Amino acid sequence: MNQSVLTASNFALEASNLSTILGGKKVLEIPSLQVRTNEVLVIIGPNGSGKTTLLLSLALLLKPASGSILYKGHSTGTNSATLGLRRKLAVVFQEPLLLNTTVLNNVTLGLRARKLSTEEIKSRAQKWLKRFSITALAQRQAKALSGGEAKRVSLARAFALEPEVLFLDEPFNGVDSPTRQALMEDFGSVLRETNVTTVMVTHDRNEALMIAHRVIVLIDGHIRQIGTPSEVFSNPVDEEVASFVEAGNIMHGAIISQTEGLAVVDVGGQQLEVVSELSAETKITIFLHDDDITLSLPSPQARFSSARNQLIGKVVKFFPIGSQIRVSVDCGIPLVALITRRSWEEMGLTVGETIIASFKASAIHIIRQR
Amino acid sequence: MGIIFDGIKQAFLLLIHGDRQMLQIASLSLVVSGTATALSLIIGVPLGTWLGLTKFPGRRIFVSLVNTGMGAPPVVVGLIVSIFLWRNGPLGILHLMYSPGAMIIAQVIIAFPIVAGFTLAAVQQLDPKLRLQITALGVSKIQMVWQLLLEARLPLLAAVMAGFGAVISEVGASMMVGGNITGQTRVMTTAIVGENSKGNFSLAIALSVILLALVYLVTLGLTLIQQRNKVR
Repeated sequence: MNQSVLTASNFALEASNLSTILGGKKVLEIPSLQVRTNEVLVIIGPNGSGKTTLLLSLALLLKPASGSILYKGHSTGTNSATLGLRRKLAVVFQEPLLLNTTVLNNVTLGLRARKLSTEEIKSRAQKWLKRFSITALAQRQAKALSGGEAKRVSLARAFALEPEVLFLDEPFNGVDSPTRQALMEDFGSVLRETNVTTVMVTHDRNEALMIAHRVIVLIDGHIRQIGTPSEVFSNPVDEEVASFVEAGNIMHGAIISQTEGLAVVDVGGQQLEVVSELSAETKITIFLHDDDITLSLPSPQARFSSARNQLIGKVVKFFPIGSQIRVSVDCGIPLVALITRRSWEEMGLTVGETIIASFKASAIHIIRQR
Repeated sequence: MGIIFDGIKQAFLLLIHGDRQMLQIASLSLVVSGTATALSLIIGVPLGTWLGLTKFPGRRIFVSLVNTGMGAPPVVVGLIVSIFLWRNGPLGILHLMYSPGAMIIAQVIIAFPIVAGFTLAAVQQLDPKLRLQITALGVSKIQMVWQLLLEARLPLLAAVMAGFGAVISEVGASMMVGGNITGQTRVMTTAIVGENSKGNFSLAIALSVILLALVYLVTLGLTLIQQRNKVR
C-alpha cells in the first residue's frame, strides 16, 4: 500500500496499535488502520469477531486498552472524546434506540444539543425527514413506529447532524427483506449524494458490494484482509476468509442488449447472458457465486444444456476447502468455481486441463454501478 | 357500623361547613408533606441518578443504604431527629423542635431514600445502549442526564407518588418532632391519633375519610399526568 506518501489530511481516522480488552479477554488487535476521507469502509466478519468493538473504538465511544486514534491527524486524547470532536461524528446502532417522544424531537435532539438556530434545526429536520420519506411521521410517537420506520428515523437523525464521519453498526438488521431492500436503496443513494466518510459493520455481502469502496474482513479481532470488494470477494487471502465471505466472482461490465428480461452483458470481452431488466449500456457489477458454476470436460454433449452460459477455459490453480475444492479457471475472464473433491477426482482434473464452465443466466446477481 | 356512617356524615358536614380548624389541619398536612416531597425530589433524584449511572468502589454499599432507608420506620427517624433538634442536642440552637420545620426535616429523611431508590431503579432499567446513543448524538453530560430522566419520567412519577404517600400518611415522626400542638403542628394523621385516643371515633373517622380523599386527589393528579398518552 502506498499510503505513506499521502498526507495525514487524506485520512479521516487513523488507528495504530489498537487493542481492546473486554472481560479480561483481548477482543481486538489492530496494528494499523486508516479510514480515508470520503470513503465507505465496510467491516465484515463472523459473530463475535470484534466488528462492533472496532466500530465503537473508531467512533470514540469505547476507550481502547492501548493504542491511539487520530482524527484528521490530530490526537483524540487519552480520555473520552471531547464534546467538540464527538459532534463531528454520528453513530447509527443496530437497534434504532429512539427516545420516547415524537419523531421530530428525536431527529432534532442532537441539533438542539448543538444549540443551532431554530430555523437551521427546522430546515435540517425537514430536509432529512423528507429524504427518508418520513415527513408524515414527524408528530408521531417514536414507540408507535414500525421497525422499518424506526430505522428511517434513526438514519435521518444521524444524517441531520451532517457528520464528518458516519458510523453504522448493522443498521438494517431485524427488518423483513423487502423493507431492508428499500432502506438499503435509500441509504445507498443518500451516501452517494453526501459523500460522507462512512464506516459500516454488516454481515450482508450484497450490502458490502453495493456501497463499499473498501472492505475489511475481521476475524478473531484481527484484520485478515482489507481491499476493494472485488479483491476481497474474488481473491480471499486464505481459506478462512474465503469460507467466511463465501467467495465468488465479481466482474465489471456493461449491458449490450436486453430483450424480454434476458440481457447480454459484455465482461472483459466475453459475452454473458444474464436475467435482468436493465437497459443497454448500463454499467454493471456482476456477482457470480462460486457454488453456481459447474465444471465439465469438453464433449459433444456438453453444448446441450439449459445453462445459458458456457465458457471454455483452462484450470489455473486449485486449493481445497474442507470436502470441496476451489478451482481457478481462465476463460478469457478469471472465474473461481467450488466443486466437490469427489468430482475433482473423478474428472481427473489438473492444472492446465481444458474445461467448460457453465452457469445459468439467473445465477448471476447484478448491481448497477455507481 | 353506625360509628362509621356517623363519621362519614361528619366528614361531609366538616367539608360543607368549611370547618376552620379542619381546613387548617388539612392545609398544614399538605404544606408539610408537599414541601418534604419537593425537597426529597431535590435530594433523591440526583442521588438515585448518580447511583444508577456511575460505577465506583463501594457503590453497592450506598445502594443498600438507600434500600434500607426506603424501609426506615418513621418513629426511628422521629427519634433521631428529636435527639438532634432537642434543646441540648447538636442542632438545638436552631429552635426547630415542635415546629412544622422539624416535621419537614423528619419527613424529608423518610421520603428521600424512597425517591432515590425509585429513581435508581428507573434509571437502571433504561437500555444501556440508549446512553451510548445519546452520547453519540453529541450531547453534554447535563443534557444526557436530563434526556435519561425524561426517558424514565413514568417510573419517576411513581417515585413522587411513593414519596408523597409515605410522608402524608406517616404519624410517628410527626408526633415526636411536631408534638401535635393544636393550631401549630397538628396534621391529619396526628389529629386522627389524638381524636381516637380521646374516644372521638366519629371525628377520627371523618378526618380519616378526608385524609384518604386528599391522598387520592393528589395521586389521581399524578396518575393522570403519568398515564397521559402524549407526555413530552
